[in-house]
Amino acid sequence: MGSIQLKGVRKDFGTVAVIKGVDLDIKDGEFVVFVGPSGCGKSTLLRLIAGLEDATGGQVLIDGKDVTEVGPSERGLAMVFQSYALYPHMSVRKNIAFPLMMAKTPKDQIDAKVAKAAATLNLGDYLDRRPGQLSGGQRQRVAIGRAIVRDPTAFLFDEPLSNLDAALRVQMRVEIGELHGQLKKTMIYVTHDQVEAMTMADKIVVLDKGAVAQVGSPLTLYNKPDNLFVARFIGSPTMNVLSGAAAAKRGAASIGVRPEHVDVSTTAGEWKAKVRLAEHLGSDTFVHADVEGAGQMTVRREGEAALHAGDTIYLTPQEPRVHRFDAAGLRVA
Amino acid sequence: MATRQGQALGRLAVAPAVAALAAWSIVPLALAIYYAFLHYQLDNPDNTFFAGWSNFYYFVTDPFFAKDLFNTVALVLLVLAITIAGGVLLAILLDRPMWGQGIVRVMVISPFFIMPTVSALVWKNLMMHPVYGFFAHVWRAFGLTPVDWFASIPLLSVGIIVGWQWLPFATLILLTALQSLDLEQKDAAQMDGAGTVDFFRHITLPHLMRPITVVILIETIFLLNVFAEIKVTSVGGLAGNLTYLVFSQLNDANDVGEAAAGGLIAVVLANLVSAFLVRIVGRNLEA
Ligand SMILES: Nc1ncnc2c1ncn2[C@@H]1O[C@H](COP(=O)(O)OP(=O)(O)OP(=O)(O)O)[C@@H](O)[C@H]1O
Ligand SMILES: [Mg+2]
Repeated sequence: MGSIQLKGVRKDFGTVAVIKGVDLDIKDGEFVVFVGPSGCGKSTLLRLIAGLEDATGGQVLIDGKDVTEVGPSERGLAMVFQSYALYPHMSVRKNIAFPLMMAKTPKDQIDAKVAKAAATLNLGDYLDRRPGQLSGGQRQRVAIGRAIVRDPTAFLFDEPLSNLDAALRVQMRVEIGELHGQLKKTMIYVTHDQVEAMTMADKIVVLDKGAVAQVGSPLTLYNKPDNLFVARFIGSPTMNVLSGAAAAKRGAASIGVRPEHVDVSTTAGEWKAKVRLAEHLGSDTFVHADVEGAGQMTVRREGEAALHAGDTIYLTPQEPRVHRFDAAGLRVA
Repeated sequence: MATRQGQALGRLAVAPAVAALAAWSIVPLALAIYYAFLHYQLDNPDNTFFAGWSNFYYFVTDPFFAKDLFNTVALVLLVLAITIAGGVLLAILLDRPMWGQGIVRVMVISPFFIMPTVSALVWKNLMMHPVYGFFAHVWRAFGLTPVDWFASIPLLSVGIIVGWQWLPFATLILLTALQSLDLEQKDAAQMDGAGTVDFFRHITLPHLMRPITVVILIETIFLLNVFAEIKVTSVGGLAGNLTYLVFSQLNDANDVGEAAAGGLIAVVLANLVSAFLVRIVGRNLEA
């Protein structure tokens, strides 16, 4: 069991409200990702769940039990930190065994659990090394190992991959995904990497300035963003947002259209535009164009589009893919 | 500086420093070696002659030598124990956020800036004086007989004074080290269920091992030469160390030759100890 509920959780640092009343329902076994821009309160929210910060208001419930006043080690959660937070003076073996030692687990059980975790994470050869003698990816695995041995009800990850290089990040992302499949435990994962969020999550929680902007599956957020903030935050390159005539024509204060949902023609279309820059990535071409009377737009073409700076093109949004927002930035159904 | 010309220029540039250093350390050492082999007593300077190793022999067989050698080592160990235990404790206290932190930190550091003679005088007359001292008042307040510090426990008394002076140094180094302890490690330990004591034992203390070795190394080198505190508190006869013995050879016995020999023995001893310590520390720093 590992369901987690937040009810009106608040956190103030002095007079600054960092978490402004968050309600959230996390089901047992779910993989939930917190995303949001830097400083929006992702880590703080995670630490509130972990018990490393005291909530100023509201409740944290684990399996229906109010744990708001319970210390971090008694909540049955394990956390993996961005800096790994391994104990540098202990061997890998002792690092992984540490939570068990603190729980006064019998020696033979500790050995068995450490061996099992090491096997799961391919750490068998490194057990007698110090963290300083490991690569970033190996350190991250040790940190995960330290979390696994406690057999927690849920795992908390705070940007665990952000110190790794791109290739390793992909590999570890897959490994964590597989681990989730294997352990079937609730996992809450903080990241500001969209790709991680979209690929790993059952459910994404988008945070904006300490409040939940939207909760939903990756594709819900992509297809039906509740508001302009989520619309702009999810998707890469970011969604084009237009106001003025184009929006008024569709009965909205502003409209959003993703770069991949714009048709390009050299002869006719809704908007006349001039190519400012074409980025050729091979698999895709990103076209940055100045639209007459509407400002700048980004368009994504699959493959190698024969477009170059200075070309005149016509852009037409794919109508069903146009998102409409009211003056407050909320989605118009 | 890879070119030959560059190297020559480099040598030229450091030459004055090398010369100054040589004059600074080699000339006194050479003089000491010279005197150590002379029979040279200020009471009778006309009767000065080459004396071979006899000065060394007399110094080592002096009835005070064994006792003072022991005192030297005991004093070093005592002060190390005081400063490291106290330093760790103070550093942990000072590391916590508290009101007036800046002022408190400056106050904690201040004993280090007080001259040894001055602090020894203060301790002798204001703190440890058997009649007027602060401790005497405290003892009497509890209905106890005041301790006559320098008469009954001279070595410990000097140790406390010197320890008080070196406590800021240890605290400062250990505090800096504590501040470099990764905060996420504290969080991780908390999640792992480590209480205050476990955290100290398994994380803080190992983290402080390196700075502690550095403190041991530096303090030992200075503590082998404690003199002012022993002289000012007049406990040389009871709790003198080798430095004090050298002084009394020169000052009380007016024996320049034996004092120089004693000085050389002390130098050799200090070098042996530091070489030994440097190796230990070096090994500790590599790990
Ligand atoms: N101990 C603290 N005291 C005061 N303000 C704090 C404290 N911890 C965090 N904050 C503030 O709370 C806000 C949210 O911080 P938090 O670390 O949760 O952001 P984040 O979303 O994790 O950002 P990032 O992606 O950069 O890690 C920030 O504006 C930060 O300055
Ligand atoms: Mg963060």
